[in-house]
Amino acid sequence: MISRRDFLQTSMAAAALYGSSGFGNWGRLAAQQALTQDKLLEFDTFGNVSLIHITDIHAQLKPIYFREPSVNIGVGGNKGAVPHITGADFRKLYGINDGSPSAYALTHDDFSALAQGYGRVGGLDRVATVINSIRADRPDALLLDGGDTWHGSYTCHHTQGQDMVNVMNALKPDAMTFHWEFTLGSERVQEIVEGLPFAALGQNIFDSEWDEPAELFPPYKFYETGGVKVAVIGQAFPYMPIANPGWMFPEYSFGIRDENMQAMVNEVRAAGAELVVLLSHNGFDVDKQMAGKVTGIDVILSGHTHDALPEPVLVGETIIVASGSNGKFVSRVDLDVQNGRMMGFRHKLIPIFSDVITPDADVAKVIDAQRAPYVDQLSEVIGRTADDQTLYRRGNFNGTWDDLICDALISEREADIALSPGVRWGPSILPGQDITREDIWNVTSMSYGEAYRTEMTGEFLHVVLEDVADNLFNPDPYYQQGGDMVRVGGLGYRIDVTKPQGDRITEMTLLKTGEKIDPSKTYQIAGWASVNEGTEGPPIWDVVEAHIAKQGVISLDPNNSVEVVGA
Amino acid sequence: MEMTRRDAIAVGAAAFLIAGLPMRASAATEDLIAAFTGGAEVGAGDITLTAPEIAENGNTVPIEVSSETAVEILVLATGNPAPSVATFKFGPLAASRAASTRIRLAGTQDVVAIAKLPDGSFVQAASTVKVTIGGCGG
Repeated sequence: MISRRDFLQTSMAAAALYGSSGFGNWGRLAAQQALTQDKLLEFDTFGNVSLIHITDIHAQLKPIYFREPSVNIGVGGNKGAVPHITGADFRKLYGINDGSPSAYALTHDDFSALAQGYGRVGGLDRVATVINSIRADRPDALLLDGGDTWHGSYTCHHTQGQDMVNVMNALKPDAMTFHWEFTLGSERVQEIVEGLPFAALGQNIFDSEWDEPAELFPPYKFYETGGVKVAVIGQAFPYMPIANPGWMFPEYSFGIRDENMQAMVNEVRAAGAELVVLLSHNGFDVDKQMAGKVTGIDVILSGHTHDALPEPVLVGETIIVASGSNGKFVSRVDLDVQNGRMMGFRHKLIPIFSDVITPDADVAKVIDAQRAPYVDQLSEVIGRTADDQTLYRRGNFNGTWDDLICDALISEREADIALSPGVRWGPSILPGQDITREDIWNVTSMSYGEAYRTEMTGEFLHVVLEDVADNLFNPDPYYQQGGDMVRVGGLGYRIDVTKPQGDRITEMTLLKTGEKIDPSKTYQIAGWASVNEGTEGPPIWDVVEAHIAKQGVISLDPNNSVEVVGA
Repeated sequence: MEMTRRDAIAVGAAAFLIAGLPMRASAATEDLIAAFTGGAEVGAGDITLTAPEIAENGNTVPIEVSSETAVEILVLATGNPAPSVATFKFGPLAASRAASTRIRLAGTQDVVAIAKLPDGSFVQAASTVKVTIGGCGG
């Protein structure tokens, strides 16, 4: 008799085959003939349960450009493991041809040239078409939103997340979990969650005063689908009050809490769950580690670190699915569940090519209605990129958007050094493209966007960089927060990612003089997105807009100020 | 948008909390452990320490210790200037041998719990709790 392990591995191989023929071959076909919606959505319905996963939309209602990272360093046991593989290595691993649609969707090389051919990605009206098509195959498919939904745009900021709530409600999800949503403030989050027509899950969302599960956010919910009893457990971002301003939601405590996760898995299994799905905002490496510690989870739908993987990663008997960000991808996972066990799966990461997938007319109408009151402000052109200048953010260190923001901080706020947060959201701008106010808000919008100006000693600046570097490069994923390195302007440094905290950052240099940073000397620092209450300064989007308006055409010098070793 | 030079160069409130580099265990810790165990070997076994990996607030970090059989549990914050946190004693009729409290941590450090078992032997559990500036989530 074939063991469950054999079954899983067999189906993994089958899925890999499907994945590479469905995905890679689809790429090769597309190189020869035009992409079609049918080809993008082609899927041989499998088993008895379908899951649809979308995550980290960051309020991107409309199609955008989004460049994947060129630098994504894994440390400790994750060195060289997915998702810490980029560019040509990534294409080789998954059998993706250079220049193919998959290469454009999943890797960074030739981004701006391929973008001209393949066009924009995402748009929730296109996502709606994909969801509808899956539901046509499997009407009771579960749609699960991994969070970071009600944050990240001009309209989202001005409506306090209502635009996203309205559009997502039109997509009819079955459950979601959370991260940036809490930066709307706990009162607003409570107001929205109380009215949600679907489950708001988080086994790790606790009341901070009593350290007990928060009543508003149940740990899990049961669903009957395809005759199978499915338990979906939620996991919110564990480090919200640390990575984001905890003073905005002081009633809540988070954390990884894997003992409680195990208790919840045991509880749902005891209550008859035949399939256990974890809807997670842990980040990929944390999910991998959790899959090795907590037993009994069949599927982890992974969010937070914005990784897009064409195949699930198998840890023990758990499959981990990563579905990208900014509305660029939807994952479909079909599962065969028999007698309370997951016997096999079939998976497809569907890239949302917005010129190929027909928008759903109803959802398009809802989106337009959210944007209508703000169209003039959104569409105002502030500047333009030069003909050889792409603006992007993703990567462990400064992207060009970050360089531009740091330049704006230094010049508009007369600082020596600028610091900009290493967040992973924010669409890209192609060469020769107009930069609108909406584009600026897409990379800066947040509820604590004050651009501060402060003094720091060289020693303290070093402590700050070491602290953030450890949040990214600590070899134990449970000590990582899932963002990227703080972006710097006016400062150069060398980082050895293999060293312990305190020893990673050396050779800090003030670029304008070429002098080494003096630990005892005081420097003028401008930055934004401080997690401290009472931070003062003009909104970062105004600072960046003023700078871009003065420049007119944006052309940045190549940034070679960070030297990375040990990667 | 109007932004004056005065706005531009005004220095705002501190944008970062003070946080330092990881604290090393002090000599005081070793002394306290020696005083508790009388110098006996400390093994691993019937002691569980639950603490967050990263503290949400270093001034009030929730921790919990539990054991099936311990008669006494010593808790130390090894990197604090004064490492003593608490010693919990459980009588023979104790229905549960668990305690939770909140502690203040001066910085990133190991929290240690040492249990004395009924046979007079000692077991320990340790957990690194990070205290961080934070502020750059994805």
